[in-house]
Amino acid sequence: MAGTFDKPEVVQEELDVLLIGGGMACCGTAYEIMRWAEALKNETGKDLKIKLVDKAALDRSGAVAMGLSAINTYIGDKQDPADYARMVSNDLMGITRDDLTYDCGRNVDDSVHLFEEWGLPIWKTDAAGVRHDGADAIKEGLPLLKDGGLPVRSGKWQIMINGESYKWIVAEAAKKALGLARIEERVFIVHLINDKNDPSRIAGAAGFSVRENKIYIYKAKAIMLAAGGCVNIFRPRSVGEASGRAWYPVWNAGSTYAMAAEAGAELTLMENRFVPARFKDGYGPVGAWFLLFKARAANAYGEDYMTKNKDMLNDYPPYGQAAVPASCLRNHLMLKEMKEGRGPIWMDTVTALAKLRETLSPKEVKHLEAEAWEDFLDMCIGQCGVWVGENIEPEKKMSELMPTEPYLLGSHSGCCGIWVSGPTDLGAPTTETEAGVPAHLPAGWNWGYRSMTTVKGLFTAGDGVGASGHKFSSGSHAEGRLAAKAMVKYCLDNADFKPELDETAEEIASAIWKPVRTFLEFKDYSTAIDVNPNYITPKMLQMRLQKIMDEYVAGVATYYTTNDKMLAVAEEKLEMLKEDAQKMRAKDLHELLRAWENYHRILTAEAHMKHIQFREESRYPGFYYRTDKNFVDEKNWKCFVNSIYDKKSKKWTCFKRAHIDLIDKSKLFKAAAPH
Amino acid sequence: MPTFVRTEKCDGCKGQDKTACMYICPHDLMKLDKDGSETGHAMKAFNQEPEQCWECYSCVKICPQGAIECRHYADVVPLGGSVQPMRGSDSIMWTIKFRNGVVKRFKFPIRTTPEGSIDPFGGKPMPKVADLDLPGVFTKEVMGGYRAGNPAELIRK
Repeated sequence: MAGTFDKPEVVQEELDVLLIGGGMACCGTAYEIMRWAEALKNETGKDLKIKLVDKAALDRSGAVAMGLSAINTYIGDKQDPADYARMVSNDLMGITRDDLTYDCGRNVDDSVHLFEEWGLPIWKTDAAGVRHDGADAIKEGLPLLKDGGLPVRSGKWQIMINGESYKWIVAEAAKKALGLARIEERVFIVHLINDKNDPSRIAGAAGFSVRENKIYIYKAKAIMLAAGGCVNIFRPRSVGEASGRAWYPVWNAGSTYAMAAEAGAELTLMENRFVPARFKDGYGPVGAWFLLFKARAANAYGEDYMTKNKDMLNDYPPYGQAAVPASCLRNHLMLKEMKEGRGPIWMDTVTALAKLRETLSPKEVKHLEAEAWEDFLDMCIGQCGVWVGENIEPEKKMSELMPTEPYLLGSHSGCCGIWVSGPTDLGAPTTETEAGVPAHLPAGWNWGYRSMTTVKGLFTAGDGVGASGHKFSSGSHAEGRLAAKAMVKYCLDNADFKPELDETAEEIASAIWKPVRTFLEFKDYSTAIDVNPNYITPKMLQMRLQKIMDEYVAGVATYYTTNDKMLAVAEEKLEMLKEDAQKMRAKDLHELLRAWENYHRILTAEAHMKHIQFREESRYPGFYYRTDKNFVDEKNWKCFVNSIYDKKSKKWTCFKRAHIDLIDKSKLFKAAAPH
Repeated sequence: MPTFVRTEKCDGCKGQDKTACMYICPHDLMKLDKDGSETGHAMKAFNQEPEQCWECYSCVKICPQGAIECRHYADVVPLGGSVQPMRGSDSIMWTIKFRNGVVKRFKFPIRTTPEGSIDPFGGKPMPKVADLDLPGVFTKEVMGGYRAGNPAELIRK
């Protein structure tokens, strides 16, 4: 019996394992878990009931939907996972979990080799040093990566691909592994449910279809929550039609962080953010331009700000003294030029291409031009839109760079997310030395199951895992696979556990459908559908959130600057906004999707604000500054800031956890310059 | 930064319940106007929330009629340019027109195997349940991607 808009159908299903999300991480989990589930069935006869639920379509969901022009994490056989863990640590100003990054580093190449086997074209270098695109490399008979093929490195860790169909390919493998009967698309999970008999355990999740009037309530022993990072909590630089042209995909709504927090999971480093410096307005990638084409960036007067302002790096020892300074510090040096009025900042594509032409044949030049365009066409077509509209041919006209609005994520060059159990064989601590950690939380860095959060049975991967940035697409896939094994083990160890939801189906359905009821109840009160004192549209609520975050929590309006007083104002405004979120309306299923996305955004934004407030320093100069504590304080704040949320009181509790190096970081740094 | 649907080309995916663009859009933007009450064009698709469009081109690439194009965001980009793909089974062709009339064409590979040909577990080992505690994934022994690392680097072990 199909539901109606005022009376949705409620579908209930019991599972062993539920996967929430459809991006790289969940595709990795799907692939790995089905093989282990098959092994389990063969050996014991036990058949795990598994389902993947995605709010979009697996072929093009998640951050890799458009495609990518590079795989940013490939270790290769000449580098050590420890080198990778060191790089990640330094880029994130010293505070990351070496156990998680090292584990990702030692496993990530397995996934990359699978991608190539499945059909992803990977650029290769031949014996003469000439590079070939992924299809040409096969025609030339160049070996696969796994057989010793040489990738084209666009940086120490990055390899170039022809990645238009990257997600399509990875999704095909995941879909085949799962079988279509185990996949539910266009169902948006919005709420996790704890166990009735043990509130520290997960028991289920619920959401709704964006195509039919249907609410889905799943019971599950183990849940993978990998629903991306968070975009559009800050007012974007473009506020009209182009407000969707975010750097990270706009469908990343903070659902991972918000749902985990409400379920009681401990979050980590939610103060961390990423502010990428990108081609202005289109947000096209700069990596290939800097690393592959060797372009330089300069201020309006042709001065290279990285050289001119290099002494500013000495203000942040030891991180400023690394061979490659942290991303935030590179922004810090660029921002000085912008703030002091020496903008715009230009990427000198003209000189870079001219220099390359000096040594290349006409055929190679034509190839080079195609490579430059493919970099955008594979992963940021919108940048081509800007270039064609503004008549920018990169060999003739330079292009502007600009730091974007802030983003929250855990897989790219950011490290906010959920605190998870790590591997046990790398020397990670088993005790906690910082006072103030709530007593019910685990002490060390591992509590039995890789990638399990502090809520029993709730796992995460990709953008969900905090304190381990720079995983990117390949690392997220690998991380999803590592979690899959632990989820199977968890199901095995908890074979007799019967999840019982601590909320009734009626309560769950009522909460999910509230924005629709609000709309239906009040829609005739006023003649204009969007102006009504009884409700707020999800769109206006989002704009209010963006205004608060931009103006008080270090958005672009203040050049990423805040202080304790501004944060106090934001705190009060966010509380009222959270209250008003209960009055969101949904005039159709599409708006119900937006309503819940924006509720998740508010919780994520609140966590970000509370963490910045708690951390009494400015750990990421160039990403944000607290002018009342405008320094990096290694003595008191070289630690994790973690938090938990109480869904009943709606209050956050922030606390410190000790940071410990499992790998020697001193190799990174030059001797400090006299200062 | 929105995509738009050419009225005379869209056939509403021939009256099926959902169109290809509705199926694929990662942000639930494409909608079939069944009775024409929203656009004046019955049984044709449209972008219902253009200011949320990431311009990922998923709808443009999948449309069987080639009916979807992109008019780059009006609040930022001067008019007149266009970037249009034609996605095949193993490659994609791009036609790029600048505002000043310059045209460039590129073709890139997208896949080295036939679509639908992936055999996810073919030739892969069947793990043992007892190995769940070991580090690494089940393909560790065959894919050559496990990087054991120098144990001396782990200073607390």
